[in-house]
Amino acid sequence: MGRLTPRAVLLGIAAPLGALVFAALVCAVILVVTGHSPADTVQAMITSGKRPRTFVNSINSATNYYLSAVAVAIGFRMNLFNIGVDGQYRLAALLAAGFAGATFMDSLPGPLRIVLTIAVAMLVGAAWAGVAAILKVARGVSEVISTIMLNAIATYLGQYLLLKLAVPVAGSNNIGTRPITAGGQVPGFAYPGSTSKVYGLVVLAVLVGLVYWFVLSRTRFGFDIRATGMSESAAVASGVSVRRMVLYAMLFSGAIAGLVGMPQLLGSAHSYSLDFPAGLGFIGIAVALLGRNHAAGMALAALLWGVLDNSANSLDVAGVPKEIVAIMQGVIVLSVVIAYELVRRYRVRVEQREVGRALGTTRVPAEVAA
Amino acid sequence: MTASGLTVGAETTAPPAARRRRLGASGYLLITLGALAVVSLVRLLTGAEDLTSGGTVGAALTAAAPIAMAGLGGLWAERAGVVNIGLEGMMVLGTWGAGFAGYQWGPWAGMVFGLLLGALGGLLHAVATVTFGVDHIISGVAINLLAPGTALFLSKLYFSTAPGGGQKQSPPVTDAPHVSVPGVSSLLQDVERRHWFLVSDVAGVLRGLTVHVSLLSIIAALLLVATLYVLWRTPFGLRLRSCGEAPVAAESLGVNVYKYKYYGVIGSGAFAGLGGAILAISSSQFRDGQTGGRGFIGLAAMIFGNWRPGGLALGAGLFGYTDAMQLRGSDGVHALLLLLAIALLALAVVQFLARRVPIAVVAAVLGVAFGWWFFASDELPPELVGAAPYVVTLLVLALAAQRLRMPKADGRIYRRGEGG
Repeated sequence: MGRLTPRAVLLGIAAPLGALVFAALVCAVILVVTGHSPADTVQAMITSGKRPRTFVNSINSATNYYLSAVAVAIGFRMNLFNIGVDGQYRLAALLAAGFAGATFMDSLPGPLRIVLTIAVAMLVGAAWAGVAAILKVARGVSEVISTIMLNAIATYLGQYLLLKLAVPVAGSNNIGTRPITAGGQVPGFAYPGSTSKVYGLVVLAVLVGLVYWFVLSRTRFGFDIRATGMSESAAVASGVSVRRMVLYAMLFSGAIAGLVGMPQLLGSAHSYSLDFPAGLGFIGIAVALLGRNHAAGMALAALLWGVLDNSANSLDVAGVPKEIVAIMQGVIVLSVVIAYELVRRYRVRVEQREVGRALGTTRVPAEVAA
Repeated sequence: MTASGLTVGAETTAPPAARRRRLGASGYLLITLGALAVVSLVRLLTGAEDLTSGGTVGAALTAAAPIAMAGLGGLWAERAGVVNIGLEGMMVLGTWGAGFAGYQWGPWAGMVFGLLLGALGGLLHAVATVTFGVDHIISGVAINLLAPGTALFLSKLYFSTAPGGGQKQSPPVTDAPHVSVPGVSSLLQDVERRHWFLVSDVAGVLRGLTVHVSLLSIIAALLLVATLYVLWRTPFGLRLRSCGEAPVAAESLGVNVYKYKYYGVIGSGAFAGLGGAILAISSSQFRDGQTGGRGFIGLAAMIFGNWRPGGLALGAGLFGYTDAMQLRGSDGVHALLLLLAIALLALAVVQFLARRVPIAVVAAVLGVAFGWWFFASDELPPELVGAAPYVVTLLVLALAAQRLRMPKADGRIYRRGEGG
């Protein structure tokens, strides 16, 4: 698969592009059936998307989505489903916010505060993922089931802890942790024409992406991860301890998941409150799937998701329920995985035919499951 | 335990099949009475009368019905070898369907619509997983992303202009009729008020099960029995389960595996949709976010019940009960801690006698910890009670994993003609 022949490239992009087109068609049909004009809807989204503010918000959303996607992708690469990114980042963001907002932090130097906050978030995320990892390694409990359970437990635990840590937010009945004071915040980048700023921690997301790419494709550890994902038995035969890999992969995945809430916490919210966004973990799964667990692919997918989400906000005003975008995203995920599977089957068939031709046999040999 | 997951750490050796006598009806009755006696003792010790009051049991029954239906959804799919974590999404579709048809044509139309929409979600999952061989978990996640968006989209279209409706909720739906066994209500209530040991508890449980019971709960109970019959007593059920255990073997015997997987997964969606419909109708309308993870609790109930209808019903009942206790105030909730401690200690003893010492030790330590928590605190925050079903499921998975046996080919991708 490493060869960059024109056909390989074409097949590589055919699936995501096909899925996007298919999803757009499905949504167009839904809009027409429900009495809306697809053209007007697209127009409204483009108009909204051109505003500087939407652009900034899209980048910011994409930053969160990207971190979440990387966390998911670490597991995916070795066939490990970390469905629990959602719970991991929420718990991490809450505890990191409580820690960063604590009064004793005010006297420390700014950069140290930021580093400590991020470290706490990564530790909490890794610890919560570690529960699932230990259950899997020691007791053989499926990580899918345990992380689903841990997500729900994190929700209730979060509500409880928030009540313990909370101070009332001025001027509303929202409650949140004590706000992080100026020194512990990460300043954003201004963008002309927009009052909101690009998260400073967008740099962190880029860094995480680079490290992810480097570790997976240039280190022994990354090779072991990928080998385990492609063939567990082959990995074991070559001396990889699958238990250890599961533990490490899950812990790293959880640590990255801990970062998901950081750009928003340190960049704009400054405290964890009831309205901190939920569900980013599941968006991460979607983005990782669309980007095929590839560092650059996921970046593109995260941007697409961010733009779709933020330009949809104007739709309700235009009389179209903005959930049409959620439908579109769902259809994209479903059709992209189907498209990848179809492309894989096509590739196998083509390869078989080539092998058959090379060997001079007319019959296609028995199918080799790829 | 799932799809393409790694098999690390899995306990593959089967437990010795020896010396497990099957319990007869009287055995189960004895166990139930014994458990009730323990609960009664806890009630007398703590004064938490709500533990076994008719009101609590009734509320638990109402709360358990949607969970049980979601669990049945999981059961039908996984018995056919397809993992369905899209249950939550299919349930959401069911709640919307019940809201849409329910406010216009009554609760029964709502049930039918919820069921159909859920089945549609199941069909989608079947197409992705069976026909196209997509990983089951991924397809499920996609459906969980798609369904709430679709429901909210439709809700904004159809409910925001309807009288009594809104952007995120349907107009009111009339509840299904409730029935009572005639003549027992006042008698049982009388006994219950005396607060006698065990007798009053039996009266409370009976009152909860016989007085003002929703027809929806009765239908749910009947469907549990029907599933047990269809899956375990008919040729159809045997074939469907064979697709979950050994699809290649089934194929070699002429079973159309794809067809049975389709039946299983569509049925799964239908049950989940029905669960959503029951939820919406018994709370008198569709609301956005109404399911609140009940699809996942249903999945948990199914695992708790070891992929069997009876165990599933027990799990759903237990989770419905914690749900009901949560609504009924902190006294009873606090007493639940003591119950959990006793249950864990009992488990420790059983495991110790079965010579599984490490598990016994873990269970004992946890039991002592929960007991200490009970005596050291005055109340349990209700936020934490919501987590109980999930914690219990994790404990069951961690402590009793060898006793659990899921369908052998569960979650594996099967393609026709690829068997060795």
